[in-house]
Amino acid sequence: MYADRYWSASITRLYNGSMNAGMKFTLGAVLIVGAVGYLMATGVKQTGQYFLTPSELSQKLAADPTFYDVGMRVGARVVPGSVTRDVAHQTLAFRVTDGSASYPVVYRGIAPDTFNDSVEVVVEGRIQHDGVIHATDVLAKCGSRYESVPKA
Amino acid sequence: MTLLGNLALWVAFLLGAWGALTGFLGAASGRADLIASSRQAVYALCGVLLVAVVSLEVALFRHDFNVEYVAAYTSRNLPIFYTWSALYAGQKGSLLFWATVLSLFGALAQALTAPRHRVYLPYVGAITCLVCTFFLSVMVFSSISHANPFERLAYTPVDGNGLNPQLQNPGMVFHPPMLYLGYISITIPFAFAMAALLSKRLDADWLVAIRKWTLLSWLFLSIGICLGMWWAYVELGWGGYWAWDPVENASFLPWLTMTAFLHSVMIQEKRGMLKKWNLALIIGSWLLSIFGTFITRSGVIASVHSFTQSKVGWFFGGFLLIAAGGSFLLYFIRLPLLKAEARLESMVSREASFLFNNLLLVGIAAVVLLGTLLPILTEWLVGTKYTVKAPWFNFVNIPLGLLLLAFTGIGPLIAWRRASVPNLKRQFAAPVAAGLVTTLAILAAGMRDPYPVIAIGLAGFVLTTIGQEFWRGVAARHRQYGEAWLLALGRLIARNRRRYGGYVVHFGILILFIAFAGYAFKTETEATLRPGESASIKSPYGWTYTFTHLGISQYTALNRQVTAATVDVSRDGKRVGLLTTEKRQHVDAEGNPTFQPSTEVGIKSDVREDLYVVLAGVVNGSEQAVYRFTINPLVWWVWYGGMIVALGGLIVMWPGGGSVSVRRAQAGYGVKLVAKNG
Repeated sequence: MYADRYWSASITRLYNGSMNAGMKFTLGAVLIVGAVGYLMATGVKQTGQYFLTPSELSQKLAADPTFYDVGMRVGARVVPGSVTRDVAHQTLAFRVTDGSASYPVVYRGIAPDTFNDSVEVVVEGRIQHDGVIHATDVLAKCGSRYESVPKA
Repeated sequence: MTLLGNLALWVAFLLGAWGALTGFLGAASGRADLIASSRQAVYALCGVLLVAVVSLEVALFRHDFNVEYVAAYTSRNLPIFYTWSALYAGQKGSLLFWATVLSLFGALAQALTAPRHRVYLPYVGAITCLVCTFFLSVMVFSSISHANPFERLAYTPVDGNGLNPQLQNPGMVFHPPMLYLGYISITIPFAFAMAALLSKRLDADWLVAIRKWTLLSWLFLSIGICLGMWWAYVELGWGGYWAWDPVENASFLPWLTMTAFLHSVMIQEKRGMLKKWNLALIIGSWLLSIFGTFITRSGVIASVHSFTQSKVGWFFGGFLLIAAGGSFLLYFIRLPLLKAEARLESMVSREASFLFNNLLLVGIAAVVLLGTLLPILTEWLVGTKYTVKAPWFNFVNIPLGLLLLAFTGIGPLIAWRRASVPNLKRQFAAPVAAGLVTTLAILAAGMRDPYPVIAIGLAGFVLTTIGQEFWRGVAARHRQYGEAWLLALGRLIARNRRRYGGYVVHFGILILFIAFAGYAFKTETEATLRPGESASIKSPYGWTYTFTHLGISQYTALNRQVTAATVDVSRDGKRVGLLTTEKRQHVDAEGNPTFQPSTEVGIKSDVREDLYVVLAGVVNGSEQAVYRFTINPLVWWVWYGGMIVALGGLIVMWPGGGSVSVRRAQAGYGVKLVAKNG
């Protein structure tokens, strides 16, 4: 009974445009939070990417062949000795592995200073039907920016 | 010296534990002897930790390479500047730095707190001791954490590893300590908040006690973040200053919540509203600062910036969980004592506009936090890691940021409680007109991208609101007291530091927004050039830059072999000057290479745009060089905007503004104004 009256009163107030400021603020807040949520969700759809290890990538490819040519990031280690650089054409080719699966990568662009042939990398790009990851970006994680490479 | 250092760490650990224990017991029971003992422990802790820091610095300067930390971060040929800053260049040293600075702030809080706020001090001392003890436990239980900076090696290397060349940059000497100071100093307001909750003294008093501390940590964070951007821009060579990397986000999060607090606290002071919200913001900011320390150390989230993955992360993870659980439990128990004294009266009021400003700041913080944690969250929820990068953060945050910029203009001008139509007309007629004129002007100038147009239009609006406030204040003094214009301006700021310092901060922020708008027009090109060949790039302003490769030179400097490439720059055929970019191979004292080669960017900066030249590589055995040329509009504005923000913060913080004589003078001024208007 009481609840009924409360609700009808609120609806009347809403209808007459005489909501109190607290309610209006709550409405505004819900609108903003809703908009932020909507932006985040559409943003993820448009720009979100899988973050995979090479083994996870091979599983995905085996399970779902449409996974070729989908934007993704692959986190792995560079296979020592696999790096070939062509400075004049700014092309970098190497293999990445997580111990079990391994993929070749081709990257055209400037490699970060910290890139070498035993570093952990995050490769961003698409795997094509030729089985090569065509990278649009390569991030190298040196042990850390604060830790130096151990001396040989 | 390591013996002394180790001893100091252990003594500090015990002192911290003692100070926490006696502080809590003393405050709860009211026993004066326990409270006094806890207070002594805070001071002693600070003294002992300073001894530990000096021991580590002595080891660094003596090149005592038997100490693992010294061998890992310095070498015989490292410049003195960087030998000194190696104190916080590594994980272990930075932990010691954290603990020491915290103990110093704790001691300052004990010594400098005004007599009428001293009731909180026993709990404040206990909390600072507790947090400090946690940091010390990470160092002294080294068999688990491997984080004792005084650990010795089984042998003595002839030379150390040296410091990572990317850290051999002046920005890097000041950036980490500034950020650390920001992170650390939030502990003091947090300790006061906890003290208020524990002692149930939840009136506005504790807010007054922490005002300077919150400003201080906000200021340190602001400066630290700006220095970090500057370092990334000049040192990393990717042509930008902010990449939404997890470690960058970690520093931005507490900055956002502190900024929200600095605004919402005014509503609590004036109207007795938002008590729960303000407490939650302080607790949240502190937890975010610990979270920031956690993600830089744990390796939980892949970041190019983080320390190596280590067990230390798990110490922090555990501490974060316990601290979050404990502080929010206490918060919920005390909620009934936190009733608001007033209600929101109108949506068109300063209260409402501050509420929206807070909602936006905390909303942006939530977005940044979610985006940063997305890989972890999605792995838990759906089993696959999903990541978002800069485009996502920009997509979501740019609209929110622009809305926030609009509130920067609205909030300070709108009336408290309920704004009337005449009030709105008086305050906003000129700024809205100015905003529209600015927008039309840049549209006429040919700019079409919506976000930059809106940003600059809003900047015009906000700038006019600020100008109008200064103008009205100065004009009133000029009329009233016959003061010369400049003197009136100086006195106006000096007598209302919080208000006008705040406007200066807002001015800096709007400069930053203009700079970010300029970043949208970044253009770049890559080219492989033989000596004499050139590449051209069109600037967003419409002129064409031509870069002519002059050649390669190689030479040896202090601790590095340098390969330098130089280009001759001309704009629309007129010569501008030379730009040099380098590849540096750092070497040890015997000339053996250490670290990866690092790139030194060539930058030519003016008000309009930066020319940013990176040497990507030299084709073996020739003088053929690979370059990347970037035109970055309005980057200069980022650094100056940051400086203005810091200046505004300093104005607000400058001591003395609250003295009795000044307050009287202000009251008198108010009376005169009222008399005149009435």
